[in-house]
Amino acid sequence: MSDTNFDVIVVGAGPGGYVGAIRAAQLGLKTALVEAKHLGGICLNWGCIPTKALLRSAEIYEHMKHAASFGLGAKDVSFDMKKIVERSRGVSKQLSGGVGHLLKKNKVTVFDGYGKLLGGGKLAVEKDGKVFTTLTSKNIIMATGARAKSFPGMEPDGKNVWTYMEALVAEEAPKSMLVIGSGAIGIEFANFFHTFGSDVTVVEAVDQIMPFEDTEISQFAQKTMEKRGMKFKLGTKVTKLDKAAKSVTATLDKGGKTETITVDKVITAVGVVPNVENIGLDAAGVKLDDRGFIAIDGYCKTSAEGVYAIGDVAGAPCLAHKASHEAIICIEKIAGLPDVHPLDKSLIPGCTYCQPQVASVGLTEKLAKDKGYKIKVGRFPFMGNGKAIALGEPEGLIKTIFDEKTGELLGAHMVGAEVTELIQGYGIAKTLETTEADLMHTVFPHPTLSEMMHESVLDAYGKAIHF
Amino acid sequence: MPIQILMPALSPTMEEGNLSKWCVKEGDTVESGDVIAEIETDKATMEVEAVEEGTMGKIIVAEGTEGVKVNELIALLLEEGEDASALEGAATSSTAAPAPAAAPEATAPATADKPAPAPAAPASDSGDRIFSSPLARRIAAQEGLDLKAISGTGPRGRIVKHDVEAAKSAGTGKAAAPAAAEKPAAAKSESPSISVDDPIFKLLPDYEAVPNTNMRKTIAKRLTESARDIPHFNLQVDVEIDKLMALRKELNGRDGADYKISVNDFLVKATSLALTRVPDCNVAFTDGAILKFKRVDMAIAVAVDGGLITPIIKDAASKGLATLANEAKDLAGRARDGKLAPEEYQGGTFTISNLGMFGIKSFNSIINPPQGGILSIGAGEQRPVVKDGALAVATVVTLTLAVDHRCIDGATGAAFIKELKGLIEDPIALML
Repeated sequence: MSDTNFDVIVVGAGPGGYVGAIRAAQLGLKTALVEAKHLGGICLNWGCIPTKALLRSAEIYEHMKHAASFGLGAKDVSFDMKKIVERSRGVSKQLSGGVGHLLKKNKVTVFDGYGKLLGGGKLAVEKDGKVFTTLTSKNIIMATGARAKSFPGMEPDGKNVWTYMEALVAEEAPKSMLVIGSGAIGIEFANFFHTFGSDVTVVEAVDQIMPFEDTEISQFAQKTMEKRGMKFKLGTKVTKLDKAAKSVTATLDKGGKTETITVDKVITAVGVVPNVENIGLDAAGVKLDDRGFIAIDGYCKTSAEGVYAIGDVAGAPCLAHKASHEAIICIEKIAGLPDVHPLDKSLIPGCTYCQPQVASVGLTEKLAKDKGYKIKVGRFPFMGNGKAIALGEPEGLIKTIFDEKTGELLGAHMVGAEVTELIQGYGIAKTLETTEADLMHTVFPHPTLSEMMHESVLDAYGKAIHF
Repeated sequence: MPIQILMPALSPTMEEGNLSKWCVKEGDTVESGDVIAEIETDKATMEVEAVEEGTMGKIIVAEGTEGVKVNELIALLLEEGEDASALEGAATSSTAAPAPAAAPEATAPATADKPAPAPAAPASDSGDRIFSSPLARRIAAQEGLDLKAISGTGPRGRIVKHDVEAAKSAGTGKAAAPAAAEKPAAAKSESPSISVDDPIFKLLPDYEAVPNTNMRKTIAKRLTESARDIPHFNLQVDVEIDKLMALRKELNGRDGADYKISVNDFLVKATSLALTRVPDCNVAFTDGAILKFKRVDMAIAVAVDGGLITPIIKDAASKGLATLANEAKDLAGRARDGKLAPEEYQGGTFTISNLGMFGIKSFNSIINPPQGGILSIGAGEQRPVVKDGALAVATVVTLTLAVDHRCIDGATGAAFIKELKGLIEDPIALML
């Protein structure tokens, strides 16, 4: 085998691509990974990870401001945005280096360039617009990810209209800020900048923030954030952005009523679009689905023989853990491993790191009803949990939704401190197809926030103890 | 404490085997991996390798022993430093020791951490645990589905919600429970399921899977139940049919005969008459009583495409040969065309099965429940017979009667056979 022929080539080194490459190498496949920018992709460099670093600073700052309520004194609490961002970049750098180390350890050959399908199992690798090598493989996995979506007339300019890229390296907290879109990205930046003093307004086109979450949970989170001083405009569209030298004036439309708002900075976070351009999809005969993502089957096969797609480029939900999971399925199927199962998207949890955090898995109450289920709903508030009170985090709610007939856990929805760390408990429960009985029989340790997960299940069946 | 060597399971379904040979003697040093014995099952002979090292202390099951149960203690291996005194009591201390000390190569696929090759159908016959999710179990219970009849597609063949719902919409996986509930008296153990997913089929040549027709399913179910639950025994007799053949020729040769009587028709008539004379053989067994039928309804096994069916000649004993012949011909014809009405093939107090036309000398049949007996008729052929001390030639048919011992005993069956033989060999009596 020559140095340009591989068992598997992965294009894109995000949480889908690099995980797939490592797994392929583990299975003894000769593996190449082609990445144009940085190992770890958006997630690690410009997404999940650096934002968590920023939000950690915000969280600690928030605690310090309220130190007195814990009997602590903290005078002249201040922050240095430059250093906050520096720490965030450092975290990304550390982890990106870690990915490089893992790839090396697993003997994955990394090509620093831009991968483009040529068809017939060939992939050109370009650097600075020039093809410097052509690789061949019977299995090419496209993991090229997605980028921020923008609407005409509202394109980010990097100056006063930002995407997450600029927001991640802000030099200071703007005095005022408009966040367009209340998905995870928008709401997290809104929280971050608000904590550091920005006057933040969030605009959302539909009538609830975090539109994919359970309405009750979204409303709970919204109220909590409003109490802290954040502003929300729901059912509202931004129709125009007038950019001035040091400000932006946005025209908002709510059911025909318009208003304008002038802010220092705008962050657009209206979703992502897949990176399907200039990667040779046509040459290889790879078809897109009706939403513009690469169409795949349950094992991530595209319409072209020998070409696979995983992660954001292969469809929603655009989440790192979905990409990683698809990578494993795709590779193990290619390797011919037994017992490989398609990903059940109803089992993919979602996490949003606002204050309070939001986490969920499965169907919302509305979706469950729309699907015709007769449901039992359990709720348990943080107020009833000893650990939550001790932590000084009394605001939150854990909601569980069961199929009345079978006891299947259809969905679980949480808002409150550390719920992003709790949700996987319900994820396991759903994956193993437990019923309410198994959850009731499970012993939850005391004192933990997880006890609320138990109580919520008990409440669905009228058996909650502490509320 | 000596190491116990237990009878290994060479296949997941093996329950017992023959210890055909010991490859080591007491006192021999055994290294891990040494072949210590040969075990024979109905399928193969396999070598048993030692898993641990030591000195063969005591051979408990001698070579040549047949029917050694899996996990039975077959030998004791002394560990280093142990002497024969350690054997005291060890042999009796436990025959139900946890794990076999010897593991032959053949068990490796079952124990190695290699995932099952295909979604395995639950092997309920070997009492294996059925892996299923709590939700799958609950839905199966709610829908009256039997997990044993459902194949799992989840991790390692686990039955998940999807599988139960698929079985539900496909109408498969119905639990046998409701049927058992209808007649609780007949609490029977279920037949082991035989799935095409059984790994054994992977070892066999390519095949075409012909889906079971309802007729095939009914044959499988009823005859399995019969073979399993009815204590059959057989009585066999040779009868001479020269006189019967002569009579048949005469009758069929009569002017204006609108019938054609076959040998089988004669035998149907003779059997029916014999049953009326020995009514204790025209019976059915039930838990509470033996039902003695007041009429002979004779079922005649007819081979049809894809199976067999038993049309019935009602009150056969009271019908004349011509009527019997015509009725049998009509029923058999319509049976082959699949045009019988249910009441024409359901019921019957006794069955006749004839494979004589294929040259079969004699055979045993399985009783068609709830009937008490079935008569198997072989080919009529010229055979040497001894008559009055001298060799002669006669046309002979071998009849084999299978009866349900729960309602018909040997002497009763013999009385019936004697009556039958008499009627066949003196066929003019059939005319009476």
